[in-house]
Formats: sequence, C-alpha cells, structure tokens
Amino acid sequence: MDLFEYQGKELLRKFDVPVPEGRVATTPDEAAEAAAGLGGKVVVKAQVQVGGRGKAGGIKLAESPEAAREVASQILGMDIKGHTVKRVLVERAGDIRDEYYVSFLLDRSERKFLGMMSSKGGVDIEEVAATDPDAIARVHVDPLVGISDFHARRLVFGSKIDPEARKEAIALIPRLYRAFVELDASLVEVNPLVLTGDGRVMALDAKVAVDESASFRHPVFDELKAAHDIPEQERFAKERGLNFIKLDGDVGIIGNGAGLVMSTLDVVKAAGGEPANFLDVGGGAGAELLASAIEVITSNPEVKSVLVNIFGGITRCDLVAEGILAALERLDVKVPIVVRLDGTNAEQGRKMLADAPHPMLVAAETMLGAAEKAVELAHGGAR
Amino acid sequence: MSILIDENTRLVVQGLTGREGSFHAGRNRDYGTNLVAGVTPGKGGTDVNGVPVFDTVAEAVSATGANTAMVFVPARFAADAVLEAYDGGVDVIVAITENIPAMDMARVVPYIRSSDRDATLIGPNCPGLISPGRANVGIIPGEICSQGPVGLVSRSGTLTYQIIHELTQRGIGQSTCVGIGGDPIPGSDFIDILAKFEDDPQTEIVVFVGEIGGDAEERAAAWAKDNMTKPIVSYIAGFTAPPGKRMGHAGAIISGSKGTAQAKAEALEAVGIRVGRNPTEVAELVVEARKAS
Repeated sequence: MDLFEYQGKELLRKFDVPVPEGRVATTPDEAAEAAAGLGGKVVVKAQVQVGGRGKAGGIKLAESPEAAREVASQILGMDIKGHTVKRVLVERAGDIRDEYYVSFLLDRSERKFLGMMSSKGGVDIEEVAATDPDAIARVHVDPLVGISDFHARRLVFGSKIDPEARKEAIALIPRLYRAFVELDASLVEVNPLVLTGDGRVMALDAKVAVDESASFRHPVFDELKAAHDIPEQERFAKERGLNFIKLDGDVGIIGNGAGLVMSTLDVVKAAGGEPANFLDVGGGAGAELLASAIEVITSNPEVKSVLVNIFGGITRCDLVAEGILAALERLDVKVPIVVRLDGTNAEQGRKMLADAPHPMLVAAETMLGAAEKAVELAHGGAR
Repeated sequence: MSILIDENTRLVVQGLTGREGSFHAGRNRDYGTNLVAGVTPGKGGTDVNGVPVFDTVAEAVSATGANTAMVFVPARFAADAVLEAYDGGVDVIVAITENIPAMDMARVVPYIRSSDRDATLIGPNCPGLISPGRANVGIIPGEICSQGPVGLVSRSGTLTYQIIHELTQRGIGQSTCVGIGGDPIPGSDFIDILAKFEDDPQTEIVVFVGEIGGDAEERAAAWAKDNMTKPIVSYIAGFTAPPGKRMGHAGAIISGSKGTAQAKAEALEAVGIRVGRNPTEVAELVVEARKAS
C-alpha cells in the first residue's frame, strides 16, 4: 500500500526523522489558514499516490496566505496521471542549499535490505541509475544483524554529500532504517533529503509503501487506508474479497489464481481481444463470490463479453457453476458469458450449466478455445 | 526418483486441526502420503481421523520420526511455525500460508538457508509440491498428475495445474511438480529447484513457469546456461498485465530489469530456452523436445 506523502512523513516523524512543519488542507481556505499558522511563506503540494506531480504542476510556492489560497485552488481538483487531487500538504518553505536521495528497500535477489544514497537528489533516481550509476552509493544490510553505524557511514561518505551534512545524515540513516523495518515497509524513499541554509538535514519528501500483510500488528494501516481513493468498482470488488484491477478493453475476465488470470489476459490478447479487467477470485471461491465477480464485471458498460476461466484445485467447479447460475438469475446480464471449467468437480459443474441453458451462457472445452470464443463474441460474433 | 518428497516422506502438518489443514492433509493422505502427525499447541494428545496431534513439532518429530512439515497456520503465526519446524529437526518444510509479512520472511529465509543443515523451505504462499504416484504435500490436485520424466517448477498455483493438465493429456507425466510461491522472498527459488532436477535421474526435461515482477527468471536463465544439461521449456505469464501502481522507482533499479514478461522471455530465449506463448504451446514444446532427444 502506497501512502500519501503527508502520511509517510507523519510516520517518519515518529522515528525522529526530521521533516518540515506542515498541515493538510482540503480547501483553499484551509490552505490559507495553514499558511498563516506556518508563518506565511509555504510550499503547497498535491497529495496523490503517483510520482511526477512536480512536473505536472502539483507543487507550488506561495509567499503569503493569500497566495497559498490561490495556488491551492489551482491544485485541488487537478488531475495528475488519472489521480484527482483532493488534499494538499501545506509546508513551511525553507532555504535549501543542497538536495540528496536516500532509501531503504528489500533486495529480493540478495535476500537482504538495500540502502541507497546519492548526492544527486531531487531528480528522477531511475535516470541517475541509468546515466551515472556511480553516483549512487549502495549498502546491503543483513536482516538478521540489522543496521550498524558503518552502514550509514558507507552511504554518506560513498555518496559524497556536502561534508557539512555528514553528521546529521549519519544520525538520520539508522532512524530511517528503523522506520523501514518497524513499519513493515517495502519502501522508504526520501527524495530529496535536503541540507538547509542553516545546516540542518531533513526529509523534504517521503515515499513510504507498507506491507498490508502486516496490518494485524499495525492498527494504523486501516486509518491510513481510509484516506485513500479507490474507484467504486474496485472498492466493491475488494469488499467482497476479489482481487480486481480495471483495464481498458471489452472482454471481462474472471479466473482463479493470479498466474492463471494473467495467462488468461495474455491468451485473450493473443486472440485479438482487449481484456477489460484482471479479476482473481482466489482459492476456494464459493458460489456467492462468483456471483459477485460477475456483478462487478458486468457493471462496466464497456464489457461486451465475459470469460470465466477456472481450474479447480481447492476451488470446486460445481460451486462456480452455481455462482454463475445465481448471478444470471439475479442480474439482468446482457452480454455473453463464456465458461471454461477444469479440475475439481469440473464434470459436475459443466453438467449444471448444460442443464440450465441460458441465452447468454456459452460453454467452452479448452482455455484457448474459450478465449477465442470470448473475443469473437466481443467483436459481435454469433453464439 | 523424484525430488524432496517420495515414499519415505513422513509428514507432520502444523495446523492439522484447522478447517483447511484437516481438509488438505486428508487429501494428501488419501493420495498415499504418509501423514504421521499434526501439531496444534494445546491440543496435544488428541487426534484427527486417527492422526496423533502434538503440542510442539519437537515432540511430533521424536514420537513419529516426521521428516517433512506442512505449514497451514494463519499468517500471523506462520513465520514462527516455519522456525519451529526447522528447530524441531525437519528438513523439508512446505509453507502453504499466504499473506505472511515480508519482514518475517526476510529473517526466516536467510536463517534457514544459512544453516549448516541441508534444510529446504518451499513457499510460503505456494501450492506445495507433488511427486506423482509417491507423495503429495500441499494443495495440487493429485488426479491431474501422472508419473513421468518432466520436472516442473512454478511461481504460480492454478496456472501450474493448467500446464500439468496439458502435459498429462498428452501422455507426459511428471517426476515432481514444485510450486515455489509468489512471495518476494521465497524459501527456495528457481535455481534451487532446477539444481535438484538436474541431479534427479528420473527428470529428463524441466518446465519452468515464471511470471512478471522481480528478476528470478532472469537469474535462473543465466544460471541454467552454465549448469543445466537437461532441456528446459518455459512459460511466462503477464505479457499484458498492467504495470503496478507503484510510487517509488527503487525496485526496478536493483533488479537491473523492468521485470516485464517480455524482458524475461528474452533472457530465457537468449540462453536457448524455448518459451511457449500459452500453456498449450508449452506442452507441445515438451512433446517436441522429447521427440528430439
């Protein structure tokens, strides 16, 4: 789960990582009020869960509370890469002497944590990695041993940041590491980390992503999540335990298991179709869940046909068939549903569907055949 | 022969008294797996359909000689259960449980891998493994498998079933099918399992099923080039998957790859591994490779 900047900063503050003083505002008036409380000169920053907001005009300087009101009214409601800005973070503007980059994340291939630091901050770090890899200092931390001061020294001396920033940066890095580990984060990235005019080092931005699997030991995750904007269709799906991602095509996809669903998207594409979504009902899905899945998919007016591709393991195909029939009964389904069942109780499931013929129901024998049929139907072919 | 599990497997199931645990352990036993014990703290002395339950893995091992553990306990207790199995002396640990915090596995996996014992953790968040006709530990449906020369390793669950099904339909059986799971830090990776297949006399050809994200497939391809003599056929899922809604870009930097299906397929093909475009074509490529050898 990717957090908003203000959420990440609130969490980092608890680990004594210095961040600028700031307040969240949802209206221009609130922004003006926040600016007044912060002493006038502020930065107004769009809060969105996507990068590149600076270039998109989502970050602006304001010299006065009046100016803060003005820029907040421009930024609020702005669309940044499909994300509507509903909040701004109003922060006291400081004097910046230099900008750096620092992060901690999990390095899967080394099975260790990786710390990275660069004196080239405030720019796209992927770009730095591609054009000037030596400008990024890297150090692995063994999760079983944890961080030691030398790790921080290697990052700080290795990245050749301003000597005046060294002492505070060496103190800050272990705190950032602690935040990374204790928050069950998958990423803690500060870009830029700044050296201020008066010689202080602080996190001017914060990208924190946390592992939702650890929600049981972090009650705060639910609060953080409540502030996130989830599209209606996705929220509906999530509440019912479905793993759903909307795409732009017209062939609705339902399957069990992420790998099989991804593979189904691929074969639909290969057959000349465009998937309308990714939907994984997970393992052991029952009839009710299947009915909800069909409801979610068919609520998208773009969908011209639906492909249900199930390979039963813990999932029982008879229950899948029951769910499909229940959905057809309950909903006014206007698009054809192609069903392919294999694995646990597949024969039973196929028979149930055959015994209850519905004008919108199309049976398919194989995964490839089902994909071709669904694409053909989406393109207006006959059942 | 097969890898990791066979007729000598003596299985202890952690979480045997739970709904999922008892159901799948029962299916494994029906398949012929030697299910010797269950572990549920506080329920020692009871039994599930005649299988004795112990309070700790150590007790179960000393009373029954269990050598393989299957972990079916809820996510928040699962890392502890894996460590308990290892500490209890079990050398093959299969963790089915999904949604275990990555921070937990970041400690457990290196700990087990760095030990001087020859212990193997499969999973977590995996369907387990099956050596057809010999033993089944996990949730892979036994009826779609048959005994034969193909060693299969995959990050996926149901997609694996689809490919096993396609193979079996063409009369091609399997030595062992291993689902290593889709977590960021799996107990065993592709290379660990490929190495075991290379050493297994029954395995003549390997099918390796990857998916988008990370760089495990690319690393396996590089390793296979220098270390595998047996032919490999591969499949990668996720050519059309949308890029994740990530904010940070740091992940792509360390992997040295975008983690896309295209990049993975290219890395595999560059070392001479044939990549099927769909599960059906994978099975057909296996048939071809068998004819050629």
